[in-house]
Amino acid sequence: MTLPVSPAGALTAIVIMALVTYLTRAGGVLMMSWVPIGPKMERFINAMSGSVLVAVITPMAVRGDSAARLALVATLGVMLATRKPLPSIGAGIVTAALWRLT
Amino acid sequence: MSSPLSSARLDRAGTLVGLKRMAPISLFTMAFGLAFGVAALHRGLSGLEAVMMSGLVFAGPAQFAVLEMWGPEIPLVALIATTFAINARHLVMGAAIYPWLRHLPPRQRYLSLTLLSDSNWAMAATDYQRGDTDNVGMLVGAGLALWLAWLIGTLLGVVFSSGITEPERFGLDVIMSCFLMAMLMTGKRDLWVLLPWSVAALTTLAALTWLPANAHVIVGALAGGAVGLLVPPRSTAREAVS
Repeated sequence: MTLPVSPAGALTAIVIMALVTYLTRAGGVLMMSWVPIGPKMERFINAMSGSVLVAVITPMAVRGDSAARLALVATLGVMLATRKPLPSIGAGIVTAALWRLT
Repeated sequence: MSSPLSSARLDRAGTLVGLKRMAPISLFTMAFGLAFGVAALHRGLSGLEAVMMSGLVFAGPAQFAVLEMWGPEIPLVALIATTFAINARHLVMGAAIYPWLRHLPPRQRYLSLTLLSDSNWAMAATDYQRGDTDNVGMLVGAGLALWLAWLIGTLLGVVFSSGITEPERFGLDVIMSCFLMAMLMTGKRDLWVLLPWSVAALTTLAALTWLPANAHVIVGALAGGAVGLLVPPRSTAREAVS
């Protein structure tokens, strides 16, 4: 099943994406209203919430070029030192840009 | 320790607080939106389509991913599966703040969730886990700031598309990963978090190798969560930030 890249086809694709995405946004809360959260469940979710980010970052680090990896290291380093997200992200971007400049 | 609050509120003043707090960070989102606008036009979307996608979908990684399949025809199943798999993390994020949001009336609750994304969730969840706030406006206001920035950024990208041919030369492609890294390291932590995180990283790598594309996010998250059950309760509660 495919959609043509006509204006109508593209719009349909965008609306479908939007609906699927909203389903994921509301779905977690919807599901939880049927399943009670015990302390174990909460521990599981708590550990999972950090792990999601690890799972998203890992392929970026593995598949990225040296600049992308150095950017991550720079962000991590500045973050550990200062605990301020903004300078940390800035350091990452500048690192990547400078690395590619050479 | 996390202490679920017995109250949650959503009002205009609280929303403004969230909006202001996210405003400086949302400049980065704007830059990323700019990169998306440029990429989308290069992949054959019209300017209007790119802006509409950002406005309606509002999910960077998924939007970038579907650009890859934007050919003469759009494969519907792959489009749905990719969008769902990449955004499935929202399920986990929503579940994590459920104890907080359930105190809101359903209409406010599900309206607030339209703006749920990584950074405003991380910000709001951090406050919630610390027991700092009953202000859901932190999530909504910060989400609004991000949405506006994402939309404006995409628009700028569309307008200036011809001027920026290689966004990676300006480091724009690493904004998302650097932001996620910064969010991961936010909050009080101890060394115990390295256990679930290492398992998450290893299972993610395994899933990347052997499982279909995009399954790795769910696999890594579930594995890390399972290992979290083995870690002393106090430690997992404190890692529960991002």
